[in-house]
Amino acid sequence: MPLNADFVGREYPAAEPYEVSRELIRRFADAIGDPNPAYRDPAAARALGHPDVVAPPTFLTVLSFRYVVDSPMVDPALGLDYSRVVHGEQRFVAHRPVHAGDVLRVVSSVEDIRVAGRNEVLTTRTAVSTLDGEPVADIYSSVVSRGTAVATQEGEGA
Amino acid sequence: MTAVVVYDSVEVGTVLPPLSFPIQRANLVMYAGASGDFNIIHWNEKVATAVGLPDVIAHGMLTMAEAGRVVTDWVGDPGAVVEYGVRFVRPVVVPDDGVGTRLDVSGVVTEKLDDGRVVVQLTATVGGDKVLGQARATVRLA
Repeated sequence: MPLNADFVGREYPAAEPYEVSRELIRRFADAIGDPNPAYRDPAAARALGHPDVVAPPTFLTVLSFRYVVDSPMVDPALGLDYSRVVHGEQRFVAHRPVHAGDVLRVVSSVEDIRVAGRNEVLTTRTAVSTLDGEPVADIYSSVVSRGTAVATQEGEGA
Repeated sequence: MTAVVVYDSVEVGTVLPPLSFPIQRANLVMYAGASGDFNIIHWNEKVATAVGLPDVIAHGMLTMAEAGRVVTDWVGDPGAVVEYGVRFVRPVVVPDDGVGTRLDVSGVVTEKLDDGRVVVQLTATVGGDKVLGQARATVRLA
């Protein structure tokens, strides 16, 4: 079944803010095997000009799993069948680095739905800001929904 | 933020030091826990093969994180990365044989922008096959 294209632009604000801690950053850095002291030692991070330990560039991927209930991915009305999904693209745009102590507001939205052959590509944007509204990051993620596009006359069976 | 690499010392064609990352099943378990991505295809071969994969595969986001280290190790300050994007073009298969697999990552500066920024193009391969496409990071240098 095709995705509901009316959902482009729809927003899914997370119910609660995300609190970034030193321990979460350390655990993520351990998991990606990165020994960079700026992820663990506040003094090392301050020497680089940060107020506290800094998060790795892909750290905010944790948001998509923390707030899965507040995301378009699980909205039954959008019609995404998770068993048909593969991760296609990911892009982080950082307005400033993420640090321990940040309290982040997270709003996901459906950025685009397009047909690519028999597949559909769903792009979501997650806007991350402070509670005061300072932009922190925009995260763009595209997933491929395999085989859910409506066959056009010339494209049928293609 | 203090990048160690100076903008004026970098040219289009500047090569970043390459890195290799061994990936074993234990790495996938750790990444699942830290990221919250518990998708079963990253730890259960029965399910992975049932959905048509050759074996358990690594989280794409783990591959992306490791590839990004070529940039952050080079620049010194992880906070200097202002944009980072990839396409996932081939799964990274991780067999449960005590050896796992190995990700090889290299990078080269392909563009100098204004405002002290440069674009780094990354190449990430497993066994010579590209696993990431259009892997690019924009970094603000000193």
